[in-house]
Amino acid sequence: MPSLAIRAYTATTATGQGRASLADALRDSRSGLRRNDFGDGGLDTWIGRVDGVEDSPLPAALADWECRNNRLAWLALQQDGVLDAAMAMRATHGADRVAIVIGTSTSSIGATEDAYSRLVDGAFPADLARPRVHTPHSLGGFVQAATGLRGPCVTVATACSSSAKVFAQAARLIQAGLADAALVGGVDTLCGSVLYGFNSLGLVSVDPCRPFDVARNGLSLGEAGGFAVLERGHDAELVLRGYGESSDAHHMSAPHPEGLGARLAMTDALARAGIDAAAVGYLNLHGTATPANDAVEAAAVAALFPDTLHASSTKGWTGHTLGAAGIVESVITLIALAQGQLPGTLNSRDRDPACGPQIRLQGDHRNIRHAMNNSFGFGGNNCSLVFGVGA
Amino acid sequence: MTALSVDIAGIGFWSRGLPSWAAACDYLRDGSPDAAAPAKPASRLLAANERRRAPETVAVALEVALAACEAAGADPAQLPSVFVSMHGDLAITDYMCATLTEDPRAISPTKFHNSVHNAAAGYWTIGTGCNKPATALSSGDGSFALGLLETLSQLQSGEPAVLLAAYDSQSTGPLAAISSSDGLLGGALVLASHADSAVARLQVEYLNTPAPLLPGRLAAYVGGNAMAPMLPLFEALASGASEAWLHAGPAQAVHVTITHRPMA
Repeated sequence: MPSLAIRAYTATTATGQGRASLADALRDSRSGLRRNDFGDGGLDTWIGRVDGVEDSPLPAALADWECRNNRLAWLALQQDGVLDAAMAMRATHGADRVAIVIGTSTSSIGATEDAYSRLVDGAFPADLARPRVHTPHSLGGFVQAATGLRGPCVTVATACSSSAKVFAQAARLIQAGLADAALVGGVDTLCGSVLYGFNSLGLVSVDPCRPFDVARNGLSLGEAGGFAVLERGHDAELVLRGYGESSDAHHMSAPHPEGLGARLAMTDALARAGIDAAAVGYLNLHGTATPANDAVEAAAVAALFPDTLHASSTKGWTGHTLGAAGIVESVITLIALAQGQLPGTLNSRDRDPACGPQIRLQGDHRNIRHAMNNSFGFGGNNCSLVFGVGA
Repeated sequence: MTALSVDIAGIGFWSRGLPSWAAACDYLRDGSPDAAAPAKPASRLLAANERRRAPETVAVALEVALAACEAAGADPAQLPSVFVSMHGDLAITDYMCATLTEDPRAISPTKFHNSVHNAAAGYWTIGTGCNKPATALSSGDGSFALGLLETLSQLQSGEPAVLLAAYDSQSTGPLAAISSSDGLLGGALVLASHADSAVARLQVEYLNTPAPLLPGRLAAYVGGNAMAPMLPLFEALASGASEAWLHAGPAQAVHVTITHRPMA
């Protein structure tokens, strides 16, 4: 596929607001995880919570969109010049030529949960009787209202691959001539549904998550928001080179045992980027720290890549940010390309001997030209992205 | 922008009382709904033990998707798919929120993994053994139009044929007063860059203008469902109309010009 220029990119995670705080945390091995203090705090687990969301109400003009998820979206939009870059695209191409493709898993269901906990005679309390925040497109609709962009606007909700797939969908919209640029990204916030939902599946660890560790025993949930601005052309320091998507066709909440879907997504992304596996300098793994995901993903990586690949999971810094994982880890991948800073795998001490040598616990510093990001979701929904330094 | 062109290779439709595309077409030719039709499709693709407990959204999405593939003579395992729903499964959202309030540790793991917006897409790929990409989108009352644009984009990027499946379900509980949706409705299209036995050829344009509200007989019957914004296209396909307008955002529309072709 033709490369797409990345004009701006940002992530706000438990490590702080904007990508500099994320890069610093990666460099200093500083985790953003803390003991669960969200909501009723009833689950014994660790979470990646973003500080300051409670103190950042939406501007009055956007107050109808008020909820934790849209607050985090607004907070993330203010960082690293993404809003300015989106406005520059609007000025260059026209508002109707800039698409919005945004990923989320649970959108603002936290507001719906809140309404159910405060029903008044069986009805939503007045402050939450706002239909626009009780539907998955709350996020896309909010970003549309907040930016004034008028190109195709859509919310992608394929669980934990959501905000990786936004890059693929935006690339297609631009290739098809439906847009010249796109604001892509993803936002997911902590809520009861995901904390108690993942707990019901037995996938939540009581410790900070340890991806690819032989003693890993589950994930740490997190929240995050991030964005990138894509434009037709390749005259940029960083570019999107390719994407690959696939379905496991196996199980709703367990990965294909041989990693079939993961392999298909990675192979397809490499093919679309027009590079060999050996050309990938860094791979950000999905690496959730569940026993099943990490075993399957490590085997799929070992089957495709040479031993020299530096691959790691960064969930130990941010937690698993679900529908935001795609954009957060794409930003980490772009940081690796821009700064040569290749993260290790935080919290993990003893690498599972079943893993290949590609899985690295220690960080490294090295200039690279191509990097990949994996995001896999429930329903066997897989997406791999290839980024590169520009021509 | 230039309009994008696409062939419709197959159509699937299901609503209570109109449990097939043929039934919908008959209804629009002065037929009447089938009062004896089941309240939920049979979920032919699911294993027997999964059929009974399959969420309504999954059942209707799989039914219309399979019907569209059968009409197109297409192998479902070979088609990338685009699933769209404005709200996802409203009954599961109600269950999750109510259970979190009453006893959060009692949440059913099955209901939780069925609560993801891509549940129907997941069951579809599992049921058909399809390793092709699947996506799940929402865009308010523009959900169907945005799904159509994504389907067209996939065709433009080189896929020969793509499945588009749209659905929404009945709202329930306290959420029903906020996210109102009646009945169970699904519609699906197998779209191809070129189909030998095309039902119709579409020219599709995205416009920054509101879609005109044109009352139709299907909309009068199932218009309370959140996926009703798809109905103008299905009504035009059934009636031989030459155009349809679809909502594609607060002040955006997708305009579809239709060239009908004789059935093969």
